[in-house]
Amino acid sequence: MDLGPHAGFILASYGLCLLTVLVLIAWIRIDKAGQEKALRELAEQGVSRRRPEDGGR
Amino acid sequence: MAFWDYANPTRFLKLVQVVLPWLTGLCVVAFAAGLYMSFFVAPEDYQQGQTVRIMYIHVPAAWLSMMCYSIMAVSSLGTLVWKHPLADVSAKTAAPIGAAFTFMALVTGSLWGKPMWGTYWVWDARLTSVLVLLIMYLGLMTLWRTMDDPIKAGKAAAVLTLAGALNLPVIKFSVDWWNTLHQPASVMRLDGPTIHPDILWPLLVMAVAFTLLFFVLHLMAMRNEILRRRVRTLRLRAASAAHPRSAVATAQPAE
Repeated sequence: MDLGPHAGFILASYGLCLLTVLVLIAWIRIDKAGQEKALRELAEQGVSRRRPEDGGR
Repeated sequence: MAFWDYANPTRFLKLVQVVLPWLTGLCVVAFAAGLYMSFFVAPEDYQQGQTVRIMYIHVPAAWLSMMCYSIMAVSSLGTLVWKHPLADVSAKTAAPIGAAFTFMALVTGSLWGKPMWGTYWVWDARLTSVLVLLIMYLGLMTLWRTMDDPIKAGKAAAVLTLAGALNLPVIKFSVDWWNTLHQPASVMRLDGPTIHPDILWPLLVMAVAFTLLFFVLHLMAMRNEILRRRVRTLRLRAASAAHPRSAVATAQPAE
């Protein structure tokens, strides 16, 4: 389709929005992976959410 | 189970696990429909020509920038008044998403302004108040990062968020209260929208898609924040077990 003489402005707008959303999604996914890794490492060290009286550390 | 029961983070995480895939699917469908309507169904505007297509992302991004701050303000009330366990998790995680939508609204508005107004930027009331909103989001994000204790940070941020909510009516009514280059409201008006349905419908579908995107990202970010607080608690507990006296001083911060 022909976006006319201002095609650059239209494509730049959509491109920048797409990039912003992709950066947000990537940041959230990387953050999630980091937190899950930290929880796994703590579990491997025997540190759990259960209280000592429940049998955890 | 009552709605209030989801104040329990574990129950909330289970709910997120069930809801998120459906919400993501709906979001993708809404964007597919919205983008198709925006580019292949909606006609050119008689004045703006093809640049009207920028409006299909600019307007929803601007709406979301305000909706996100409104959610933060309600969450802040939840933190200060009801001490809801998830309230400041919600407020904290909404800030970067709100900043991103505000950034999108400002950039797309600028890119629309150059061909239509002849300039990327003017210091008119609407543009300036939205820029203030972006600065407030960034300030709140900084505040949360400067304090180690998430509870204390949440309370301080809640007070600042509620004070900053005064900017929302200024943004909304700036085009009525002052002479601005930015056009007045054309959708949310007491006498109904002034936009032709051929342009209004794609705009509304894109607004739904943006709203779904916000909720998907917000739920994902809230889940991360709950995990981050669990990690912090466990590290404090481990440090406390290893060095009972110096645990608090040496424990790593939440972020």
